Amino acid sequence: MQFDAVTAELLKTAVWETFYMVALSSFLAYVIGLPLGIILVVTDNGGIYPIPWLQKALGLVINLLRSVPFLILLFIVLPLSKIVIGTRIGSPAIVIPLTIAAAPYIARVVESSFREIDPGVIEAAQSMGASVWQIIWKVLLPESKPSLLLGGALAVTTILSYSAMAGFTGGGGLGAVAINYGYYRYEPGLMWIAVVLLVVMVQIIQEAGNWMSKKGDKRIR
Amino acid sequence: MASEEPIIRLRNVGKKFATANGTVVALEDINLDIQKGEIFGIIGLSGAGKSTLVRCINMLETPTAGEVIFEGEDLAVQNNRQKRMARRSMGMIFQQFNLLAQRNVLRNVCFPLEIAGVSRQEGKKRAMELLELVGLADRSGAYPAQLSGGQKQRVAIARALATNPKVILCDEATSALDPNTTKSILALLKEINKNLGVTVIVITHEMSVIEAICDRVAIIDQSHIAEIGTVAEIFSEPKSKIGRQLILGDAVNQVSFSDSRQIRIIFDGRESTEPVISNLVLACKVPVNIMYAATRDIKGKAMGQMIIQLPEDEADGQRVLNYLKTVKIPFEEVDKDAI
Repeated sequence: MQFDAVTAELLKTAVWETFYMVALSSFLAYVIGLPLGIILVVTDNGGIYPIPWLQKALGLVINLLRSVPFLILLFIVLPLSKIVIGTRIGSPAIVIPLTIAAAPYIARVVESSFREIDPGVIEAAQSMGASVWQIIWKVLLPESKPSLLLGGALAVTTILSYSAMAGFTGGGGLGAVAINYGYYRYEPGLMWIAVVLLVVMVQIIQEAGNWMSKKGDKRIR
Repeated sequence: MASEEPIIRLRNVGKKFATANGTVVALEDINLDIQKGEIFGIIGLSGAGKSTLVRCINMLETPTAGEVIFEGEDLAVQNNRQKRMARRSMGMIFQQFNLLAQRNVLRNVCFPLEIAGVSRQEGKKRAMELLELVGLADRSGAYPAQLSGGQKQRVAIARALATNPKVILCDEATSALDPNTTKSILALLKEINKNLGVTVIVITHEMSVIEAICDRVAIIDQSHIAEIGTVAEIFSEPKSKIGRQLILGDAVNQVSFSDSRQIRIIFDGRESTEPVISNLVLACKVPVNIMYAATRDIKGKAMGQMIIQLPEDEADGQRVLNYLKTVKIPFEEVDKDAI
């Protein structure tokens, strides 16, 4: 393997593609997953607005989606990308399956963050006459912020590792470089570079999540 | 006071919970009138239903029977919005304080005002006044994790007072605090009651709390009200079994002596001013039965002997023997038939 300007350009593009895929799918997955996580907690039996059938049904759908292996989900969902974006290859096409795979995962991560909140604090808010919305905005979200940030790092790193799998179906990014150049073309050097870059990205995301979570947490001083 | 309309009136209130093991009756046929401006205590053992009762007053639990009348309105038939409005007239404080951990002291006190739609600036001003009142103005920027238990409860009291409530509900508010802090929190509640005219309802399992601040008390036992009266009445003459138990303590429970061990205590010149048997009973917290005593005071020294019977419970008896050994009072076990 020669490490020349072309290779450098290839890697630079791949890093950017990975970043873009992960950032966009994380954002979209949170747009869907965060409200779902809220609904899971709020509508639970003993929650602040119990609707048990909705909670059960939502839980079932989330479990179903989470039990499909990502590679299979990719093949199932890519035709949808073709319809929505007009193509089933390249990074933009991968954003849709990534979002669909990550949203239910995020819903569960968010749910567990909310469940860490002391029920007494929610009861206190209720005793002051807080509405369901006020409890969500003023208690659930701010009180679980440190935990939500840690969960965020977990979710984004998971999306990053999913995104690498997209290389198998013609998606872009570092995963595609590792698979196309390293695996199919027997260039282990390039594959390792791609893998190391992925590891570095995971480290950065995790550390950033830890740092933000700790910095914002007023419980430890 | 009695002629005035009660601020809170419970009429035949009942609460049943459906659980996996069938229906559990938490409250049954509760009738209570709480007068404006009084400090009313509700006492009972854990599981008696007192926490459910206080939550029925502010509709955190919806009663399954009866009426909860607050200022002439039955809350039980109101819709959620009306209930929320009514709750703003009732502050609540808790055993575990339940402060928002991610908000500082000032913003915790502002919290109910935000909920009530008070502007940020006005809320801050009011919150500072209240922190002044509870003596924590200098800690307004601190977070709950940086405060002691007593300070947290003071913040919770300031928070409960923020919306100018007519009633403060205290759910075991001092049960997580040490005796000195308990005293100061109770004093604060009494002061608030006196100066602001806020009706205070105190839920507790400790008779000392009732004794310290309450005007009247209801004793609740096994989902029912066992008796209601002024604190003086109940303390001087508890009528219910549970009342006697709460006020007189475990002494009401008969300790069995039927056939238990007896020991001879020998007084061989200790100071006669030392109340040996009383100290023993107080230290071991078990009664002993005096079977025989022949002691006399000889120039300030106690001389003679006494035979006492130990409680039947093996551990209780051993505690008495250990006590005697510790304070170096000679004793020997005696054969029951050989006295």
